[in-house]
Amino acid sequence: MLRLEKRPSPSKAWNYATPVVAVLLTMIAGGILFTILGKNPFEAIKLIFWDPLFSEQFAAYSRPQLLVKAGPLILIAVGLSIGFRAGIWNIGAEGQYIVGALCAAAVALAFYPAESVLVFPLMILAGALGGWAWAMIPAILRTKFNTNEILVSLLLVYVAEKLLAAAATGFMRNPQGAGFPGSRNINQYASAANHEIFAGTGLHWGGVAAFIAVLFTYVMLQRHILGFQVQLAGQAPRAARFAGVAPARLVLMCMGISGAFAGMAGMFELAGPARLISIDFNAGYGFTAIIVAFLGRLNPIGIVLAGLLLALTYIGGELAQFMLNLPAAAIQVFQGMLLFFLLALDVLSNYRVRLFLPQRATTENV
Amino acid sequence: MDFGSINPVVLIASLMVAATPILLAAIGELVVEKAGVLNLGVEGMMIVGAVAGFAAAVTTGSPILGMLAAIIAGAAVSLIFALLTQVLMANQVASGLALTLFGLGFSALLGQSYVGIVPPRTEKLDFGPLSDLPVVGRILFGHDILVYVSLFVVAGVWYWLNYTRGGRVLRAVGENHDSAHALGYKVKRVRILAILFGGACAGLGGAYLSLVRVPQWTEGMTAGAGWIALALVVFASWKPWRVLAGAYLFGGIMVLQLNLQAAGYRIPVEYLAMSPYIITILVLVVMSSNRTRRTLAAPGSLGRSFHAAG
Repeated sequence: MLRLEKRPSPSKAWNYATPVVAVLLTMIAGGILFTILGKNPFEAIKLIFWDPLFSEQFAAYSRPQLLVKAGPLILIAVGLSIGFRAGIWNIGAEGQYIVGALCAAAVALAFYPAESVLVFPLMILAGALGGWAWAMIPAILRTKFNTNEILVSLLLVYVAEKLLAAAATGFMRNPQGAGFPGSRNINQYASAANHEIFAGTGLHWGGVAAFIAVLFTYVMLQRHILGFQVQLAGQAPRAARFAGVAPARLVLMCMGISGAFAGMAGMFELAGPARLISIDFNAGYGFTAIIVAFLGRLNPIGIVLAGLLLALTYIGGELAQFMLNLPAAAIQVFQGMLLFFLLALDVLSNYRVRLFLPQRATTENV
Repeated sequence: MDFGSINPVVLIASLMVAATPILLAAIGELVVEKAGVLNLGVEGMMIVGAVAGFAAAVTTGSPILGMLAAIIAGAAVSLIFALLTQVLMANQVASGLALTLFGLGFSALLGQSYVGIVPPRTEKLDFGPLSDLPVVGRILFGHDILVYVSLFVVAGVWYWLNYTRGGRVLRAVGENHDSAHALGYKVKRVRILAILFGGACAGLGGAYLSLVRVPQWTEGMTAGAGWIALALVVFASWKPWRVLAGAYLFGGIMVLQLNLQAAGYRIPVEYLAMSPYIITILVLVVMSSNRTRRTLAAPGSLGRSFHAAG
């Protein structure tokens, strides 16, 4: 019989190994899924994980896409990971991403068509502030009224989506757009556009921001007292109180940082790849970032790797959709399975699996 | 504002229909939370139930078989959550989120070939002349079977939790799993069964959406109903009859805002459509700001995982 024995402290080796094993298991399970869907599993897996980077036919287009997609994922996930470490669950990053983009669009549209170098920095600021403010709603409700931040932040995603629809069809609609929904094309407004920094790499300012955010978070967690407090509050909430950690301030800070990062990600996406405010502006980055944060073990460097990997599944998924007629939702299932396997395998880092052979009844057992 | 165009009898009858999906999901989640488990995957289980019920009903031509399929599908996906949190001791918050993300993708995959199809009609129960009574006839005797089933489930859960041995064991497990374990109750078995019941209820609630309420299959059609159901359990202070009251209140809000949309008031549709979510948040704030009531009502071991030493 198998039995679990709690480890005194989580196993370091398994902590690093589980993400890798989880990815491998997901590939196997994904292969089975693709077989059921009537596709060649090896071809599909190769198309998702290998061809976007190395095939001659697709790599020229796909490789830059990697940074385009990984940028927002990493930026959002690294912000979320701080809160997750402290047991503060902001799962409404999707909403903060939308509101950040709306605020940035408001700035851009207010200045249009004036050209100035100040527009772009102001948009970044507006995006960050918008996301921060949207995250402050659940944070303040949590600290003042003890309302569950998971439910509030998630419900606010739906509110933000309706706000986005109202903006795209109403107050931000392009006055010269012949009545079609959607704002002006911000990517064509020189002062506000978020272009590639080096042509052909896919790296735009969002990628740079993600890189800075990773460094910032790494230093904060390793070297700053706030990072220590985050770790303490997550691992031993009672001890944290005795150590003088103010829980309310920690909630405000963690939610605020993750909201601001998500809002910025929305801004860079708006001014770059998405080009304008439209009804379907949000592509689920805020939710996928939750998977990225867990797959990266809530560790900034791990999150970079996880973000690149999930970006790859997005690109490979699109490729498989195009080449094999694989449904778009299959890749979502794939990402969901990845999180399942990861959570399931975590048992190995927290527990030791012991084999117990059934013994003959002795007086001790009776 | 002029509410004159809204008929109160029709409003009550239709709010019962609008409330049934979240009522079913919430009463299932209530049992799960009473057992000390926080399953945030309600949204995922609902939408899998919605697509499974829809597919089965379209294939067999029978809405009842569709609903049975939804029950099985909801319970089946909740089994993943049970395995993760009860056997493999995974974090409940993360596992619930994973279930929701997985469920949304999985349902979209299953439902691809069912978009745009009209499901077989779910007939209203035949009460003969009773249905023709003024006012009461429409409200009490004018519904399909699931509206009555949902009321029956609420009553059953209330009775079972308070007046049966099994219900008391479940509550003991939820209040203090260490004591319950010391008394010899099978903590994990009770919790796994509770999770399966919650999954079955959520699945059925989802099928009601796709077969009766809408009735159609579209991707992501639950649109946060599962999260509202979760909020409803908090709103109800973990009491079955208050879940019913809360669900009908939310049903009323939803129907009212839909009526206002249809009546063409000057408020843009998007702002009216926000209202159920905003009101849910406001209600959550009011309910959770009262410290004594909250701490007394919530099950003691809610969200904590249990591992028997030795």
